[in-house]
Order: sequence, then structure tokens, then C-alpha cells
Amino acid sequence: MEAGTLVEWLVRPGDEVKRGQVVAVVETQKGAVDVEIWETGTVDQILVESGRKVPVGELLALLRTAGEPVAGAQDISGLQEAAGVEAASVLSGASPSRAGIPPVSRISPVRPRVSPSARKLAEELGVEIASLSVAETGAEISRADIERAAQAAMKAQPAIQPASSDWQSQMRKAIAAAMARSKREIPHYYLATDIDMSAVSAWLSSENLKRNVTRRLLPVIPCMKALALALREVPELNGFWIDGAFRSSAAVHLGMAISMRGGGLVAPAIHDADKKSLDQLMADLRDLITRVRGGRLRSSEMNDPTVTFTNLGEQGVDGVFGVIYPPQVAIIGLGKTSEKPWVDQGAVVARKVATATLAADHRASDGHSGGLFLATLGKLLQEPERLR
Amino acid sequence: MTPRSREEIRQAIVDALGGIAPEIDPGSIAADLPLREQIDMDSFDFLNLIIRVHEILGIDIPEQDYAKLVTLNGAVEYLARRCAAQQ
Amino acid sequence: MMEDRIRTTYRKALNMALREAMQRDQRVFLMGEDVGRYGGSFAVSKGLLDEFGEERVRDTPLSESGFVGAGIGAALNGMLPIVEIMTCNFSLLALDQILNNAATLRYMSGGQLSVPLVIRMASGAGLQLAGQHSHSFEGWYANIPGIRVVTPATLEDARGMLWTALMDPDPVIIFENMPLYNLEGELAADAGPVDIDRALVRRSGEEITLVTYGGSLHKTLQAAERLGDEGVSAEVIDLRTLRPLDMATVLSSLEKTHRLVVVDEGWKSGSLAAEVMARVMEQAFYELDAPIERVCSVEVPMPYARHLEQAAIPQVDAICAAALRTVKRHV
Repeated sequence: MEAGTLVEWLVRPGDEVKRGQVVAVVETQKGAVDVEIWETGTVDQILVESGRKVPVGELLALLRTAGEPVAGAQDISGLQEAAGVEAASVLSGASPSRAGIPPVSRISPVRPRVSPSARKLAEELGVEIASLSVAETGAEISRADIERAAQAAMKAQPAIQPASSDWQSQMRKAIAAAMARSKREIPHYYLATDIDMSAVSAWLSSENLKRNVTRRLLPVIPCMKALALALREVPELNGFWIDGAFRSSAAVHLGMAISMRGGGLVAPAIHDADKKSLDQLMADLRDLITRVRGGRLRSSEMNDPTVTFTNLGEQGVDGVFGVIYPPQVAIIGLGKTSEKPWVDQGAVVARKVATATLAADHRASDGHSGGLFLATLGKLLQEPERLR
Repeated sequence: MTPRSREEIRQAIVDALGGIAPEIDPGSIAADLPLREQIDMDSFDFLNLIIRVHEILGIDIPEQDYAKLVTLNGAVEYLARRCAAQQ
Repeated sequence: MMEDRIRTTYRKALNMALREAMQRDQRVFLMGEDVGRYGGSFAVSKGLLDEFGEERVRDTPLSESGFVGAGIGAALNGMLPIVEIMTCNFSLLALDQILNNAATLRYMSGGQLSVPLVIRMASGAGLQLAGQHSHSFEGWYANIPGIRVVTPATLEDARGMLWTALMDPDPVIIFENMPLYNLEGELAADAGPVDIDRALVRRSGEEITLVTYGGSLHKTLQAAERLGDEGVSAEVIDLRTLRPLDMATVLSSLEKTHRLVVVDEGWKSGSLAAEVMARVMEQAFYELDAPIERVCSVEVPMPYARHLEQAAIPQVDAICAAALRTVKRHV
């Protein structure tokens, strides 16, 4: 016998049942069979409706044994609850000749069967295995279940509750998992170059002089535009490394590393950064930072970045060699802009200089491409008036 | 525009800071130390501060004057002068 | 005229390899039951006696222990002997020589002695040779430290593994799967020695890894094709060398697929498949997304009757079923 049809339930959730009591009728190849219960307790939840054909071994219902607290009405099916309830019965006990012999489960039904790989993935994605619903995953939890749960969690929680210490520790965990995975899996290579920022600084000052305070551009804006344009020239840095292969992205969705008040950071996307005007970029960045700080990010913004930009120059550092956020393949850093001696046509002059850095995935690109990217970025920043 | 007392200006700045960094205690701000050292602010936060002050006091602060708003006292002084000049 | 590929068989590829080895190095000679006048019990050495003479293609009495011992002696004294044992079942008569002498002498002499011996033996069921001629003892030999065990499953490997094995300073056992002797296909005209260190991905896939060797390779590849028709993308790894095992290739595949089925014509208990599974548990437990399955031979002496013999060894249907259970897609 491989499957049976659940003809009728003889109990309902909330009913008290005794060991040996017939709780359901199942139609098998050998005719209708009474399904007995092997524990005394209260029916917590019916998982298989009558009329459904299910394979032998399928979980039919959850039972709460004496002394266990009643679970919440909505989230009753969670494995967290399941950890304290017994499977009412499995169909393997339905054969008449075996009636009376408790069904032997090879593994205790209270312990969810999570594949080792799924367990590892859950840790990486911050999915609480105990929060999964048995009704959705079935008795065995695989990688696919974890991936679905992670996606559902992303959709279900578009708004992140700010200032929650629990949330902070979740974020710490997520950062830890992503960064550890990055350093474990991604062979990073690092490049740095000094860029003369005099032209772009001067242009920005004169531009901002003409602008009302609410319309002023931050120095990072022309840099964002320049690097989005430079990425179009070097597509090997813009995209994802998935399943052993690089998939470049036609769109440049710039992940902006934004630190959170009180610790942690996120890197949500400014979509199509290469196609937007500086004013649009400024408006988008303002909107994004405001929502990051207010805790109202959208899941698409979290998932879409094709590359990350980190602008630690604000904190006064000279350069930043970033850790790539997988499955992206590059992170670009910009240090502070400060006056430095610069040799121009044989003379030492003071120039505004910033160090631009690239950490890239050597599986997807080589140093040559990385160098080309930084050179292009430097060139674009010499002609700020063209960065529109 | 009604004249503003220094106390009103100070309160406007502190209110603006509260919107940017809700976790800070206004009483703990040292008036003569740079704000950005006491409150974790980046250039975006600073720009927001300038914009909020602009909204409250109606004063447009040019970029080259940003350096005058480094400390709370400095900002109050600068803004008081600008308010007076607008009268 | 065909450009640079020739149509040939596994048997002929082995014959080419023997001929080339004997032409290339005077120290190489072939010895075994019926290898000379009869041309080899599976006709692998046909024509070699005429070409190289009785000194280098030597018919032996039915005395496995004697002629394997003679091969070891010759190897110790600077020759590069190739000893053919008709089927791996008969090799058990020479197990004392193989295990207690060939495999141990390097160690017991403190590295002073080398036994560069190559033993070829036929294994595998499918030719109705019944319970004393058609077993698969690859896994047993792979248990012995001091020897290398290789299982050519393709024309390239049949052509290329012998010379590399002769160049190994230690004993190498080459298992030739009997039904493969008639395998036909194309081979590069300039095919030559191949490495005997690494497993190879024979078919790449995303969802499940099928690991196998020898005669089961072709059934496993057929199973992978059929799985593909059913929407399951299967990767097939040919282990090629069973000792030492190239686990790196298996593990890197598993990092992608997270699911594994091992196909092994040996008996299930204590099989090579069991060893592969054990190493995966040791080295890649956290990559697994489903229990590992294996498809092995039924634990009976190999039956003579054709239908029973076929039922006793791994077949395409069973491989597909195991793979589908592992990816949880029921047909």
C-alpha cells in the first residue's frame, strides 16, 4: 500500500482523544480502514481534509498531549508547536493485520526532519526552522522549503521595525552570515587608485551655489552616477555569481551601503542608477536613507542590487576594501576627499584627491577588468558637467 | 518675520537634531564641541539638519557657511546673526 | 578518409594499449592464461604473440598464485610486467601474492623495493557466466593500501590507462568490465595515455549527482538522460580510480546538487558505494539535502539465468527510481 484516501474524520480540533480511539476512516486498496490514535490528548489541528488521497507516512493531524499549552489560533501549525505535539497517526498503521501495533516511526515525530543542507541554509538566511509550518513543508524540510520561507519572510515584512534590539541582533546575524559566506566562497581581489576630485568638487560647489538648500547635491551623487556609467563599460563587475556561473545584469541597480543608527547596515538598491539624472539620484537617495532610518524598506530594494557602493570617506577613512555581498561580484569603495600633493606636469600642486577602491570576485572578473573600471571611473569624474 | 531669540534658535536646532537622531538626549549635547563628534551624523544627516533649520527659521544657509555650524554654540551665533540681518 | 577519429571497440582499444606499451618499452611483457596462442580469453591480446614472440607474450599454467608471484618477482627485478587474470573471481587464488607481497613490499622494505606491476582482470555480470565468473570485486581491492585500482569505462580510458599504470612505481589493478569489451565508439586516432588520478564529470547537471564507475557508467548515463526527460537535471561522475578515491570531484558536484545516488555493481554491504557514502558523511554532511541512496547488486551469487542475472545488477529503472526518490518527484 502506497497511498490512501481520507474518507472521514471522526474527531475535530479541540476534541479529547484516548489511546486506541478510532479518529478517522481511510480508504485503502484493502477497503476502508479505521485509523486509531496512539496517544491520549487533544486534537490540535487537522492537516489533511477528508476526500484527499495522501501517501503512506503523511502527517494527518497534530495532537496536543496533556499539560501542553494551547497554541495561538493563527500560528498553530508551526513546528515550534509541533515540537511539543505528537503526530496523531500515520497511515502505516492502517493495515488491518497490523491494527493495534503502534506505527513505528524511524525518527521521533517530534523532531522535524531537516536536511543538513537545509539547516545550514536556514542559518545563513536567518530562517527560524521552528517557525516553519508543517502543513507547508511536509514532514521533511529541504533547502527549497527554507528558500521559500526566506522569500515569504521578505514579503511579509516589508517594514522593518526600527529600534528593536531583537531586530538589531537579527541584522547582526544576517550580516555575519552574508559576510562569512562571502569570505568563505568568494576569491576577492582588491584594487585601489587615487582620483583627482578637484574638478568634480569645484563643479559641485558652483552647482550648489545656484541651488536652494533643499535641492543641493551631496558629493556622493556625481560619484554614484560616474560609477554606474563606468559599470556599463565593465559588465563583468555588475551582476551575480549563481550556481557556478556569472550572470551579468543589463540594469545597474546600485546597492548603497547605508549605516543604521545604533549599528548595522543595509545596502538597498537605487534602481537603474546609470539612467537617472543627478537630481533624480539625490531624490532617490534621500528617500532611501529616510526609509532606511525609519525602517520602511521594500523587499525589492533589498534583493535587487547588482553591485554595492560604500562611501566610508564620510568617517574620514582614506580607503575601504569591501567585502562583497553575495551573490554580487563587486563592491566599490570611496574614501574621503582631502587635499593632497599631486604632481601635475612636473610640478607638485595641492589637489582634492580621493582613493577609489574595488573588491571584486575573481571567479567573475580579472584584475584587468577591475583596473579598466577604476580608470573609467576616474576619467568620468574629470568631466562632471557631462554626468547628467 | 518675527525676531528670534537665541533660545528659540537653540531650541529649533535641538528639535531638528532630535528628528535626525532620536536616541540623543538634548541635555547631553556639549555646546562647544563639534556636533558630528557627539552625534553620529553623516553628510546626509547634516544636510537634513540644514534643511530643517531652513524650514523652521526660513534661512537658506549656503554651502560655504557649513563650517560655521560645527558646534551648537557656533550654529546659534551664526543663525542669530543671519536672522538679525534679515530683519 | 576520417580526419582524426577512428571507429573501434573497447577490446581493440585495450589491444592497442598493450601493443603500444610493448613497442615503447622492452621491459614490458604480458603473461596469463591463454593470452598467447588463444589470443586472450576475451580476445584482448589477439596478434600480440605473432608480433612480440613467446618471450614477451607468455601463456601460463592455470596457477594464479604462481604467475602473479612470478610477475611480482619480475617487477622487483626491473621489468614492467602486465599480468592478465581471466576473471576477478580467479584473482582470489592470487590474493595472497597481491595483498601480502605486491601491496606490502614497499612498506616492509622501508621503501627499498618497488613493484611496478600491472594486473588486468575482467569483472562484472551480463554475459551469463554465473556465480563463479561474473562478480565485481573492485571494492574489495580498493580496500588494500599499497595498490591503485582503476576502472576504465570508456574507449579513451581503455586506450590510455595502461601506460600510465605501467609508469606507476607501485602495483596497479585494472578492472575491465566484461560487457564493455564489445562497446563500440569513436576514439581519437592519436589517443594516448590518460591520468589515473581523477574522477570525471561525464554529464553535467544541477539537481542530483550520480556517482558510478566501470560497467554501470553507461547505464547511469542512460538513466540521467531519462531523468532529463522527466525534468530532473542529473550530473554523472565516473570515479575512474577507486583507490585512491578522488572525493574532491564528488564533493564539488555535491555542493551544487546537494543530492547523491551511488551506483555500484558490487554487493551492497561493505561496498565501494558504502565508502563513498561514508566519506560524504564525513566531509560534506552539511551539503546534503536528502538521504543518500545507492543502487548495488543484489546480495546473492550471480545467477546464470539471464532474467535473474539482469535483475541482480543495477539497471536504468532502479537508478531512475532512486534518483527520483532522492529529489522527491514521484512519477
